[in-house]
Amino acid sequence: MPQNVFEPWNDPAAKPLIRFQNVTKRFGDFTAVDDLSIDIYEREFFALLGPSGCGKTTMMRMLAGFETPTSGTIWLDGQDISPIPPNKRSVNMMFQSYALFPHLTVYDNIAFGLKRSNMPKDQIDARVKEMLRLVQIERFGSRKPEQISGGQRQRVALARALAKAPKLLLLDEPLSALDKKLRQDTQFELMDIQEKTGTTFVVVTHDQEEAMTVASRVAVMDQGKLKQVDTPGQIYEAPNSIYVADFIGEVNIIEGNATAQGNTVSIVWAEGQPDIIGTPSKPISNGKVSFAIRPEKIAITADKPADRHNAVQGRVLDIAYLGNVSTYHVELPGGMIIKAQAANSRRRDSRPFTWDDEVWLSWTDTAGIVLDR
Amino acid sequence: MRRLTWFNATSLTLGFAFLYIPMLVVIIYSFNESRLVTVWGGFSTKWYGELLQNEAFLDAAWVTFKVGFASSIFATILGTMGAYVLVRGGRFYGRTLFSGMMYAPLVMPEVITGLSLLLLFISIGLDRGMFTIILAHATFSMCYVSVVVSSRLVSFDRSVEEAALDLGCTPFEAFRLVTLPIIAPAVISGWLLALTLSLDDLVIASFVAGPSATTLPIKVFSSIRLGVSPEINALSTIMIAIVTIGTITASITTKRAVLRRKHEQQMAEQTT
Repeated sequence: MPQNVFEPWNDPAAKPLIRFQNVTKRFGDFTAVDDLSIDIYEREFFALLGPSGCGKTTMMRMLAGFETPTSGTIWLDGQDISPIPPNKRSVNMMFQSYALFPHLTVYDNIAFGLKRSNMPKDQIDARVKEMLRLVQIERFGSRKPEQISGGQRQRVALARALAKAPKLLLLDEPLSALDKKLRQDTQFELMDIQEKTGTTFVVVTHDQEEAMTVASRVAVMDQGKLKQVDTPGQIYEAPNSIYVADFIGEVNIIEGNATAQGNTVSIVWAEGQPDIIGTPSKPISNGKVSFAIRPEKIAITADKPADRHNAVQGRVLDIAYLGNVSTYHVELPGGMIIKAQAANSRRRDSRPFTWDDEVWLSWTDTAGIVLDR
Repeated sequence: MRRLTWFNATSLTLGFAFLYIPMLVVIIYSFNESRLVTVWGGFSTKWYGELLQNEAFLDAAWVTFKVGFASSIFATILGTMGAYVLVRGGRFYGRTLFSGMMYAPLVMPEVITGLSLLLLFISIGLDRGMFTIILAHATFSMCYVSVVVSSRLVSFDRSVEEAALDLGCTPFEAFRLVTLPIIAPAVISGWLLALTLSLDDLVIASFVAGPSATTLPIKVFSSIRLGVSPEINALSTIMIAIVTIGTITASITTKRAVLRRKHEQQMAEQTT
C-alpha cells in the first residue's frame, strides 16, 4: 500500500475519532438505529447514505447530542459522550434548513458560537473575518439572512458551524436546498474546505451522487442497519449486497444457479441461453446466486463479438437519450429486459441502433458482480 | 382599478354606517354646549375641561392604567411560559389536558370567572382592591397571550433553537438570545391584547374590585345609571382617539416593515 494514500481505516494502529459501539435507538416501538457499530477516523469525509427513515439522521442527532442512545456507547476521541449536553460537545452541526438566526447579521451569526466561549473580543473578530473569507462571503457580513440568496445562506451556515473549530462537523443534507448546478460547484468547494481546515466531516444525505463525490468513505444504511461501509469506488464496483448495488446507480440483476470452475463461476440463468461466466470477489458456494452488472459495462454491437463468452441477443425496446450517454433497454427472447449504456461519442443522428433492431449484448468475465443469495 | 358596483357600494356604506354611526354620535355630542345629552346646544369643549377637573374619573383612569399595565405584564410572562412548555415541552403525561385547560377560560363566561375569583379571594381572606383586580385580569388574559405566542412557536423552525444549543448556549441562553427575539412580535401583540382586555373589562373587575379601587369601566357604568353626562361623551371621545392613533401607528409600522423586507429580498436576489 502506498504511504501517501489516506486510508486510516485500513491501518490497525489508527485510533478512531468516533466509535459507535452497538448503538441502538428506539422511538417507542420504532427502532431507528439497530445495534450499530462503526469507526470514523480523524480528517475523514464520511457520508451516511440511505433512503429517508433509515436512521442516518438519528445517528447524526446522537452525535450532536439532541438524542441519546437507548443502548450502546458513542465514543468521541476516547470519551463517552452520552452524558455530555450538546452545548458542551466539540461537535458542530450544519442544519438542513441552515437554521440561521434571522434577527442577527451574517457576521453575528458566525460570531454567535465564539461569543459563547471564552475567546477574547479581538480574536473573535479575526476568526469571524477568517471564516467569511474561507467561504467567500466577505461582502455580506452586515446583511441579515433574509437579505442574501440561498447559496450564500448555505455558506453562512457552514462558516458558523466551522467557526468554533470543532473536532467534528456534522452536515445534514447540506446541499439539498441548492439547484443542481450550484450543488455540483459547492460539492467541490466543500471538499476543498474540508481539506483546508482538516476537520472531520460527517455528512448525511439521500443523494448518492453527492455522497460518491464528496466522501472518503460511504456508509450505506437501511432500516437502522449498516449495509456496507467502504470507499465510493468499492461501493460502486464491489457492492456486497443486491440492496447496495441497486441503491447506488443502475444495475441489471440476473438470478441463476452457480457452479464453481476454479476462479470463476458458471451461472445457469435461462433456458436456451448460454451460461454466464462471472468472477466472484470471494469464494462462494454453489447454488443460487444473483449476478449484478452495471449498464455501462455492457457493450452493444450488431454482430456477435468473437472474443467474449458472455453474449446474448435481444431486440431494442426503448432508448433513453441522456445527452452524453444513451441507455438501451434490450428485450431478451425470454422476456427479460437488460439495460445497456453507450457513450454518444458521435453527434446527431449517426447513432448505430434504433428501435426494434436486433443487437448483441456482451461483457467480460470480470465485469459483473456475483452475489450469494 | 375596478369601479365599485352599485351593490358593493351599498353594502360598504351600510356596513361602515352600522359600525361607526354610534361612535360618531358620541364624538359629536362630546362637543355639545348643552347639559342635556340629546339636545344640541352649540359647539363647546367645556366638558373636556370639566372631565379634567373630575377627580373621581381621573383616579379611576389612573387605577385602570396601573391595573392594565401590571396585569398585562404578569399575563405576558405567564402566558409565554405556558405556551413555551406546551409547544416545546415534548409529550408529557396529561399534556392534552393541560393545553385544553389553558384555553378553557377563553370560552368561559366572564360572570363565572369573576364569581369564582371573588369566592377564592374571600376564602383566602384577600382584601379586595387593586391587587385583586390585577390578579384577576392576569388570570383571564394570560390565556390570550398563550394562544398568540404558541401559534408563533408552532410555526418557527425548531432547528434554530437546536443550532443555538449546538453553538454552546445553555437552554436558558438559547431561549433568551434566540427564541425570545424571534417570537418577540407575538409576545408584544399578546401583551397589547392583554392590556386592551384589561382596560376594557367591566364584568370581572366589578366582581373583584373593592371600595378602595375602581376602574374606569366600572366608574362609567355606574355613573351612567344616574344618567348619561356629557363628560362621559368627552371621555369616550378621548378613548376613541387613543385607540385610533394606536391602531393607525401600528398598521403603518407593519406596512413599512413589510415593504422594507420586500425591498431587501429583491436586493438579495439581484446581488446573486
